[in-house]
Amino acid sequence: MIIPNTSTSVPRVVLRADDIWKGYDDGAITVLRGVDFLGVEGESVALCGPSGCGKSTLLHLLGGLDEADRGRIEVNGRPINKGKRPLALLRHEVGFVFQLHNLIPDLTLEENCLIPTVAAGTSRAMAMERLHDLANRTGLSHRLGSKIQKLSGGERQRTALCRALMNRPRILLADEPTGSLDERTSATVFDLLLEIVANEGVTLVMATHDRGLADRCERLIEMRDGRIHERL
Amino acid sequence: MIFLKLILTNLLRHRIRSLISIAGIAFSVAAMLTIVTVLQGAVAMFSGILSSDSQIIVFERNVSDLFFSSVPSEAAKTIASWSIVQHADPVLFGIVSSSDHPIITCFGITKNDARLRKATWMQGDRKDFGHQENDVVLGQRAAEFMNASVGNTVQIGHGAFHVIGVIKTANGFEDGGVFMPLTSAQTFFHKEGSSSVITIKLQRKEDVPELKSMVHRSFPNLVALEDEEFTRSYSQFKILKATAWAVGGCGLLLGGLGVANTMIMSVFTRIREIAILRVNGFSNGQIAAMIFGESSLVSVLGAVVGLVIGITFLIILGHIPALHGYVDTSIQPLVVATVIVLAMLTGVAGALYPAIYAMRVRAVEALRFE
Repeated sequence: MIIPNTSTSVPRVVLRADDIWKGYDDGAITVLRGVDFLGVEGESVALCGPSGCGKSTLLHLLGGLDEADRGRIEVNGRPINKGKRPLALLRHEVGFVFQLHNLIPDLTLEENCLIPTVAAGTSRAMAMERLHDLANRTGLSHRLGSKIQKLSGGERQRTALCRALMNRPRILLADEPTGSLDERTSATVFDLLLEIVANEGVTLVMATHDRGLADRCERLIEMRDGRIHERL
Repeated sequence: MIFLKLILTNLLRHRIRSLISIAGIAFSVAAMLTIVTVLQGAVAMFSGILSSDSQIIVFERNVSDLFFSSVPSEAAKTIASWSIVQHADPVLFGIVSSSDHPIITCFGITKNDARLRKATWMQGDRKDFGHQENDVVLGQRAAEFMNASVGNTVQIGHGAFHVIGVIKTANGFEDGGVFMPLTSAQTFFHKEGSSSVITIKLQRKEDVPELKSMVHRSFPNLVALEDEEFTRSYSQFKILKATAWAVGGCGLLLGGLGVANTMIMSVFTRIREIAILRVNGFSNGQIAAMIFGESSLVSVLGAVVGLVIGITFLIILGHIPALHGYVDTSIQPLVVATVIVLAMLTGVAGALYPAIYAMRVRAVEALRFE
């Protein structure tokens, strides 16, 4: 079990995974082998490791996008994969940012960002207020009406970040969020990501190959062969 | 708004495919509307002929087609003598052809028949009807397409007839028909001493059951039915209506298959997009609503275009001289509503499998799609 390095006050655990196993092809491939994980409120955690070590799979399981074969996952103290819990997670508690921005190209920046609020049934006025706030902070205010094809790589990833935060999730799961960007843009987007999660008190769990970015997180976890090997 | 945009975006993204689907539904709707309207119009006109100023129709028991019904003239005389009967009119139906027209409906009727009494006499006078064997009265449309007027001689079937009048009636079949004295028609169609039906008007409407009972007792080979009862039960009408809906239904089924094909393609080509929506909190219901919304929009647009095409086609049909008197192209709101509902149901049914498929899309796997 990885114990987060915390200060004297007792931090609230928002993510907890106990003995998580996950395989594919009817068990022919085992990706996660008894992973334990704790994530506390407001911290930033980097998951490092080679390709195929299970970083993305762990993120998907923590966000309710996939189900573990064995083990227990709790988000904000409640187990997931029960009834409609994964849907509620995706609507209110967890935001995802992927390596590829995963935006809908025919919609504008504004429309893409409003998608989570449509899913959650948020009022248009509240959604727009939130969008303008996030757009201001990410420097996208002037691009709200632009189609995704017209945006640069950095702008697209910033849009994806805005969309992930629209419903004010307490947890942000980022899978190689700057992996498709050049070094300079990557640094800019990552600075913004850290700034926003810090300001909003969001817990960030980020899978990355980039050791430089990982070092800037509060915790760094090394994964290898489906296991968490070391705490750095 | 975003939801609607998601629906519209996909339709606009594949414009040609969407247009083909809309065209499929449109032609199905147009075909169904046209077929059902024409055939129902025909049924309504024919039943109108039978119920002309009458409440009851008497015909030979167990015949499937009134043209083959044979009712003895004696029965008409007996029924007319009953006190509860106001009038009983024997009518003999026959179909002949002329040089230009393959089908002309002939009515062998008596001088006092309601068809002559209630008609507007454009030419001639009712009192002249029935004096001569070869005298006929033409419906207005029949006079038009035969290019005949009072005083002319017209060739009908193998006989030559003298036109003594031209009448205008509200019924298309009658307006395109030829009226001849009953005895002349009996001779002409080799049905001496019989008619096809007897149409009866009672003194009091309450006496219908009694009249039915009297007919049954006095003429076991005949059957008496109220007009509405007859229209509902007459097998020819039922076959016509069923055929109309079946043919129209087949058209819609084909349209529905087109929608299903479009929607399946639509879902398959945007699995990744559906996965994105899932990751952003879209529920199964919202995903399904998006797919059904898309198919419903195709169906609505198809139905609207189809109605325009169908109505236009019916108007054109109504203006074709050869069809005058045989096609009632008046559009019934119930038929229009039924066609629209069926088109919508077709669209929804067509989207059923794609919607289920979309709901089963697993975001994690779908996001790996390039």
